[in-house]
Amino acid sequence: MRKYYEFVVEGLIFASGIASIIFVLLIFIFLLKEGLMVFRDVGLFDFLFGKFWYPISEPPRLGILPLILGSLWVTVGATIISVPLGIACAIFIGEIAPGWLREILKAGVELLAAIPSIVLGFIGLVTLVPLVKKFFGLPTGLTAIAGSIMLAFMAMPTIVSIMEDALNAVPKGYREGSIAMGATKWQTIHRIVLPSASSGIIAAVMLGIGRVIGETMAVMMITGNAAVIPHTFFQPVRTMTATIAAEMGETVQGSEHYFALFAIGIVLFAITFLVNLLADLSLHRKPVRA
Amino acid sequence: MVNASEKIQVKELSVTYDSVPALRSVSFSVLEHEILGIIGPANSGKTTFLRTLNRLSDLNPKLKSSGEVLIDEKDIYKKWNVFQLRKKVGMVFALPSPLPISIFENLAYGPRRDGVRNKTRLSETVERSLKAAFLWDEVKDRLNESAMKLSGGQQQRLCIARTLALEPEVILFDEPCSGLDPISTAMIEDAMRELKKRYTLILVTNNTKQAARVSDRVAFFLMGELVEIDQAQKIFTVPKDKRTEGYVSGRYG
Repeated sequence: MRKYYEFVVEGLIFASGIASIIFVLLIFIFLLKEGLMVFRDVGLFDFLFGKFWYPISEPPRLGILPLILGSLWVTVGATIISVPLGIACAIFIGEIAPGWLREILKAGVELLAAIPSIVLGFIGLVTLVPLVKKFFGLPTGLTAIAGSIMLAFMAMPTIVSIMEDALNAVPKGYREGSIAMGATKWQTIHRIVLPSASSGIIAAVMLGIGRVIGETMAVMMITGNAAVIPHTFFQPVRTMTATIAAEMGETVQGSEHYFALFAIGIVLFAITFLVNLLADLSLHRKPVRA
Repeated sequence: MVNASEKIQVKELSVTYDSVPALRSVSFSVLEHEILGIIGPANSGKTTFLRTLNRLSDLNPKLKSSGEVLIDEKDIYKKWNVFQLRKKVGMVFALPSPLPISIFENLAYGPRRDGVRNKTRLSETVERSLKAAFLWDEVKDRLNESAMKLSGGQQQRLCIARTLALEPEVILFDEPCSGLDPISTAMIEDAMRELKKRYTLILVTNNTKQAARVSDRVAFFLMGELVEIDQAQKIFTVPKDKRTEGYVSGRYG
């Protein structure tokens, strides 16, 4: 009896463990199967670098360059804003703030991570967008810069919490050794703590960027969604994620448009996979320094 | 050593940790160019005392101290700039703690923070310090390698050398040999005997035999109190206090 029990439990655990891998594989196969279909009609080069996204014209023009650039502008903007802020915030929380303030700030950052993105999206829509319009004197506030600012808030918690872990992992002996040699607190942080934690910091930044690229709802609400090639931060843009979310519902299953949306999914998957891979590599890199 | 000048004067120093007393009104002096051994069981306040001398204790906001510590007759809290104090009063920790940078940079770290930029001067400092810590011959060909690659004993001598690079006057050793093998320990002890000619050394150790081997005078701490301080010979042969006798003869602690 007991033997059967062991067998059943082990089997169940094995099945649950293997299930996640199978699901990922199935999703990947399905994505490839549907997405690659689009290349019957459009060449890979024309698809990636085509300047026009008119999926419902006749014949449809399926160039996703405007969408890739849209995602790129928003991501670059969000990175420029969130990385310095996130790193400074993590240094303050991890190294400088006294105990009580540290706890409050950590709770605050975690709370920021817990806000649903749609909520951030509509807060952005009613507060940030008019502000951007007024501040930069634009015809509309629904622009890449609004999306970047909003997404920077979403990337911050990821960057701060992972980087703070990295700072915590720096041995106490490094700090004491440095301080005991007459170094100031800032010299110690700058010369010893940050270099020692560098791989964790890179990983934190990468995962923050990954979060930004994959984000959908908030950007869809506040970037204006115009599928044109953007030239500045102050133009409406449309990201790859927003395109899929907005158009999947109204496309005919099996049409070129439908397959093209899946192909965008593949491109997104490839980008986020690459970013996560880079983060993983730097996180598990052995700290070899001269 | 009767007329030797007093390098450090401790006057009624009390320290509390989270309002638990760690040192209770300790008063004594450390003489110039001596090795003062500090012995005592765990929690007797030895390390707390050491960390007060270079104000590393400032890092812990739960520590509160009262009383006076004078180094070169200047109060460490009122008259000394804390960064200058830490350069003058170097410290070698229990666990070898080289910084995760090259051997050369470990030694140049202190002088660089002090504003020394001149390459030749830095190289000279590095060489002189490594020689003084008996490490030069072992590492002179690989100064650009990571200090983390050195053995434990070499790392500890590196830590001594990097302290010397700051041209200190007092060096504090916090159980410097606790993780080392007997040969490495002997090398560190040799270095200490040599160093005392130029510096004032304070050695906290759990190893009473080590204290007997290298110290000129020995202080015995118990529960945050200074029980007795005297010539090493006397402490280990004819201690005045029963508690000291008990400890050095291995009856407790």
